[in-house]
Amino acid sequence: MSDLAIRVEHLSKQYRIGAQAARYDTLRDVIIGTAERVANRLKPGAKGSNSANTIWALRDISFDVRRGQVLGIVGRNGAGKSTLLKVLARVTEPTEGLGEIHGRVGSLLEVGTGFHPELTGRENIFLNGAILGMKRSEIARKFDEIVEFSEVGAFIDTPVKRYSSGMYLRLAFSVAAHLEPEILVVDEVLAVGDAEFQRKCMGKMGDVAQEGRTVLFVSHNMSAILRLTQETLVIDKGRLVMRGPTPQAVDYYLSHGYATEGERTWDAEEVPADAYPFKPLALRVRDSRGKVSDTIRSTEPATLELEYRLEESITGLRVGLYLMSTRGEYVFTSFDTDAPEAFERYSVRPAGRYISRCTLPADLLNEGRFVIGVNASSYRIKRYFQDEQAITFTVDGAGAPGTVWPEPRLGAVRPRLDWQIEVIKE
Amino acid sequence: MTVENTSPTVYLRPSKGWIPLNLADLWAYRELVYFLTWRDIKVRYKQAVLGVLWAILQPVMIMVVFTVIFGRLAGLPPDAGIPQEWYPVFSFAALLPWQLFQAALQRSSVSLVGNANLLTKVYFPRLIIPFSAVAAGLVDFFISLMVLFALMLAYGVPFTWNLLWLPLLVLLALMTALAVGLWLSALNVQYRDVQQMVPFLLQAWMYASPVAYSIDLIPVDGPWRLIYGLNPMTGVIQGFRWALLGSSPPDQLMAISVVMVVILLITGLYYFRRMERKFADMV
Repeated sequence: MSDLAIRVEHLSKQYRIGAQAARYDTLRDVIIGTAERVANRLKPGAKGSNSANTIWALRDISFDVRRGQVLGIVGRNGAGKSTLLKVLARVTEPTEGLGEIHGRVGSLLEVGTGFHPELTGRENIFLNGAILGMKRSEIARKFDEIVEFSEVGAFIDTPVKRYSSGMYLRLAFSVAAHLEPEILVVDEVLAVGDAEFQRKCMGKMGDVAQEGRTVLFVSHNMSAILRLTQETLVIDKGRLVMRGPTPQAVDYYLSHGYATEGERTWDAEEVPADAYPFKPLALRVRDSRGKVSDTIRSTEPATLELEYRLEESITGLRVGLYLMSTRGEYVFTSFDTDAPEAFERYSVRPAGRYISRCTLPADLLNEGRFVIGVNASSYRIKRYFQDEQAITFTVDGAGAPGTVWPEPRLGAVRPRLDWQIEVIKE
Repeated sequence: MTVENTSPTVYLRPSKGWIPLNLADLWAYRELVYFLTWRDIKVRYKQAVLGVLWAILQPVMIMVVFTVIFGRLAGLPPDAGIPQEWYPVFSFAALLPWQLFQAALQRSSVSLVGNANLLTKVYFPRLIIPFSAVAAGLVDFFISLMVLFALMLAYGVPFTWNLLWLPLLVLLALMTALAVGLWLSALNVQYRDVQQMVPFLLQAWMYASPVAYSIDLIPVDGPWRLIYGLNPMTGVIQGFRWALLGSSPPDQLMAISVVMVVILLITGLYYFRRMERKFADMV
């Protein structure tokens, strides 16, 4: 018996897209489509254009996971992470290649799958548990534990449509977390919920790993990846580009494959459909002379700007940035309507093209590489778009405080503090 | 602590051609059939003021309409040997399996599309979805069966041992619905025309089945009875009226219906399994 939990070889997954449409929705389309194909075939020199209408979401992926290993998977939006998990969870078949899974897979691809709003919390626990592959006796045994973990005890006999989104989510995660599969697949669940609950979830995942279960953990949260995993896969454009110890992999991921020219643009397939009507266009880092650049100086101000389009007007929209170190620690979060006057003035943002721009003051950041994440949301209503690693840039520390000593300074910021030295006479 | 490996190894590979039915996998997930059926039943009557009463009202109202239009105005006779006054019971005995079939087919044909969120997120044998959609109609059926027994008492229709055949006849009706439902649900994933077509199909199908009229209208001699039997619901309804009212017993028409159901069911199962691999990408 091997001690491998997962082994995949040359796994590829192809989807059909484009003009011919991913599918024929109606018979009319089939008839028209068939007619077009026949017509094309009759045309001299016309070739079957199969490749134009297909996209390889995964291409030739090979890796294995030892039993009990916690493996991180990182990659940009649309890189193929979710497709990989779907193939591993047997939701969809690979187009090529093969895989072997030893043990029951529990996927938290999206918590709350199969929850029905009309049913009560209690009913949904049983339904959701069964959908995730639990036996009725197993659910009954863990019922109290699930309710307790979810903290919705008082409302357990209320239809979940009356739950707040936080309660709904806690209950859903709670069921999934008690599944006890041999292989747990987690995708982005930690992006939601309040901080306290997130902490509990991380704890639960840690426990799962401690018990010797195998975990595949997909996240955009680099600090979570660094904390929970020892090894990480980096996926880009459907290919496995790197596998290595997590710190190296995260470093590689954050510094490779990204726009290095100080500008990041988004392709259509990198923007999820539910971002509508928000459409990110470009994120730019400009140095003190206004030039788009990968490198800014610590001692000079710089400008960060996000260009985007609204296809429809949005109420209460805030567009903002996260600044992170390459180790995944947050340095700050800031939104364009943080100032009350701005919030009032742009309470409704009509459709159109915008740039939200802010200035990073001089003497703020330490030398090193930083990551900017983007978030466009309406508070408590909807998160339109989020890209936690939109761009990376370098801060050149030349002339910054303390550079007289050629030693690295700890910390993400390097402010020019006003030191006073007082000599006390004795 | 180590986790013992209890589950068998699962192989992921592109499937080609016809796929085995894999009934063992289906059996392992049998509890999910129960839970999905239970969900469908539970949700259907939540927030309906009359709730389960609808299961009684619907067939009773159709029976009244049939009795007035076909029994009184058109004067259609019931099966040979059944008095004209029994027409309400006569039509109700056919409405019972017909409504079971109709509801099961309606629900199962849209079941995959309606459960798209499950198909794209978790693995389980996909056959479970149309199975549970078909099974969800059984509760309504038993409620209206009670109504039928009440009607039989009211009209003084004698109960006979033939009633013991009812479960088998119900099974035949369910298998018919499942067989057609498998075809239509899988087709509907790709062609949404199917769900537009189903109401029309059902209406035409009802007139092609002896629900409002007697099977005696079809000449016994010649090929017509046999062709008629290709519609499996004629066999089911003939059987129901025989078991409940003591009309003419099932004959070779029934045999044809059974063979037809078996053929439809097996081809439906294999067609479904063949299309299954594309569901998550297409739905």
